[in-house]
Amino acid sequence: MANKIRVATTSLAGCFGCHMSFLDIDERMLQLAEVVEFDRSPITDIEHCTNCDIGLIEGGVCNSENVHVLREFRNNCKILVAVGACAINGGLPAMRNHIPLEECLNEAYLDGIGVENPKIPSDIELPLLLNQVHPIHEIVKIDYYLPGCPPSADVFWKFLTDLIEGREPSLPYELVHYD
Amino acid sequence: MKQFIQGIIDNNQYQATHLLQILRQIQSHYHYIPEDAIGQLASLLSIPRTQIIGVVEFYSFFHLSPRGQYELLISDSITDHMLGSKDLLAYLAGKLGVAVGEVSADGLVSLDKTSCTGMCDQGPAGLVNGHALTHLDRAACDKIAELVKQQKPLEQWPGELFQVDDNILKSGLLLNQPLEQGAALRTVFRRGIKETLAEINQSGLRGRGGAGFKTASKWQFCAEEAETQRYVVCNADEGEPGTFKDRVLLNTYADQVFEGMTVCAAIIGAKQGFVYLRGEYLHLYDKLQNMLAQRRQNGLLGNDILGEGLDFDIEICLGAGAYICGEESALIESLEGKAGIPRNRPPYPVTQGYLGKPTVVNNVETFMAAAAIAVNGGDWFARIGTEKSNGSKILSISGDCARPGIYEYPFGTTIQTILNDCGAENVQGVQVGGPSGTFISNQEFGRKLAFEDLATGGSFIIFNTSRNILDMVHNFAHFFAHESCGFCTPCRVGTSLLQKQLDKIVEGHGSAGDVVALEELCQLVKNYSHCGLGQTAANPILTTLERYPDLYQNKLKEISYEPGFDLDAALETARRMANRDDAGAHLAQIEVNEHE
Repeated sequence: MANKIRVATTSLAGCFGCHMSFLDIDERMLQLAEVVEFDRSPITDIEHCTNCDIGLIEGGVCNSENVHVLREFRNNCKILVAVGACAINGGLPAMRNHIPLEECLNEAYLDGIGVENPKIPSDIELPLLLNQVHPIHEIVKIDYYLPGCPPSADVFWKFLTDLIEGREPSLPYELVHYD
Repeated sequence: MKQFIQGIIDNNQYQATHLLQILRQIQSHYHYIPEDAIGQLASLLSIPRTQIIGVVEFYSFFHLSPRGQYELLISDSITDHMLGSKDLLAYLAGKLGVAVGEVSADGLVSLDKTSCTGMCDQGPAGLVNGHALTHLDRAACDKIAELVKQQKPLEQWPGELFQVDDNILKSGLLLNQPLEQGAALRTVFRRGIKETLAEINQSGLRGRGGAGFKTASKWQFCAEEAETQRYVVCNADEGEPGTFKDRVLLNTYADQVFEGMTVCAAIIGAKQGFVYLRGEYLHLYDKLQNMLAQRRQNGLLGNDILGEGLDFDIEICLGAGAYICGEESALIESLEGKAGIPRNRPPYPVTQGYLGKPTVVNNVETFMAAAAIAVNGGDWFARIGTEKSNGSKILSISGDCARPGIYEYPFGTTIQTILNDCGAENVQGVQVGGPSGTFISNQEFGRKLAFEDLATGGSFIIFNTSRNILDMVHNFAHFFAHESCGFCTPCRVGTSLLQKQLDKIVEGHGSAGDVVALEELCQLVKNYSHCGLGQTAANPILTTLERYPDLYQNKLKEISYEPGFDLDAALETARRMANRDDAGAHLAQIEVNEHE
């Protein structure tokens, strides 16, 4: 069907928890599917995105591949959204920021307990790690932020329906109140 | 060590409120606060170890790991930068063979930066083991390096290194007629307590720290409290970069300040007063103690002052390097031996201050003015100034002018008059009231010194046309990020984000949306912070953004976005460890097809 709103999603240095929460909109997914078409996303298996309206990014940026994927999304999505704590702040993966990368790699691949055949992986297929994990807005321009770990299904629903119906998205206090 | 610490605790009567003073002595003796000392203090003072560690970590002058036997700090104030302190710091680091922020391998010397030391008219300035160094130049650095090398005790260092000048260049209402010792108190007792408060009310005197609350009202509120144990506190923690007038007042007019505090004590019924002296003014400590002793001897402090039945004494407490302690409730926390974290207000200190008792906290200059009003009457003061700002204001003038120093002006004086007097030429703008104040451009020199126009605690920094305003803003943003007490998130995180976002723009990584993002961040920090520090931390950016939008815009690139850090360099460690240098092991800073 033509003129559907095209949405792409991905998880960078994230846990897919935000995607799982998105799926928690449950039967509303059918309603959504009437007006939305999914492009690159774990739900479609499309490998690269092309001309989308909305891009949802979960997770922060921890390696060179994350940078390339994020740039691909920025180049192809009119609206790019940071979804969840890791995309917004780096989140759990950013806890390694307090430890020098060299120590992390040594512990994981050379000196750690139980390491066999100690060697730093060096296959050119593997993305290299950045010194620190960054929130995605430090790499590309981000248009909206959905807070939460993960943002609840209702946050996704409210945000997307606002956008789809042409309203400026706004999250009521109840949806961003966590205690 | 056990005996040494036991001795300090004995001298402080086991008072946990003296924790700062106790830690100062330990730091000065060992050049850090040893782990064992913390354990001993915890048991002797009956406070948790964690609380002591919290205090040690809070104040810049306390350290958990050893500093050098000679602990050198160079003032990082913009005024010192303008006098060449950055080059000097690098020179000194080379001479001493120690990197900035480090301790030499032999433990002899450490070198670091510190927030404004209040010597802006005689910088570049610094501190050695807490003692103020002024007029630093390469020759002085050579001398210092030599003295350190010879391990000469500080007492044998040449006096000129420590020479602190008053530089009073224009006297007015207050500085022209210092009071005779005891004159104010005698007048108070002759005229009557209530009548004196009425005179202070009539004078219209407002707090000189910058906020401008009416002094007589503050004193009256305190006096009306049901709780009878009350305190007087003199706020001599002038940490606002560019301010140094309290240093001069305490050096030359301290007697009158003490007298003002005693007048306040008589009016509010306090028996105990404190002077909270910023740690950077350690050089004044002995002098002030001697003056207090002299006042006690002359019957002006202690029991039954002047035979009028007033009991009042003053204690001097030294700070330990925390700008936030200039905020009155943080200052009280610090006086109680705790980290200087501002309290929720209300209750205000006049109802619940030191140890929860009614407390008047006033600036040095306010007490000095109150003493003069007690003698000369309210009308004498009120006839000077503007309708809403009575009397005079003492300014600390520094930056680009021929004659930096102390100037006293009636309120209502124009900025242009002040600039003419101090010999400032080709002026681009003036930072009035320090980083938390306002930056005014050369289109606004007709504006007036007054609470209703340009309020200031006394800081007045002049920038000529050769200066880059963004250097100043950059310096101030770093200052606030360093001095945030860390209590509330909008300020703790916000000041760091402001610093980061500003750095990104100043260093040329900014693009179209970045100035807008900066401005939004400013509003957030300003509107959501707990105390005045956070509420004013964005002022340097906001006031210059309003006046010089092009300065910021010109720094922006014609691309949609660029990371604020070097992406490819961030892969360097991984590249080296994986022994790779293929194309996939690199990242471009800006993606080519991202150009629009």
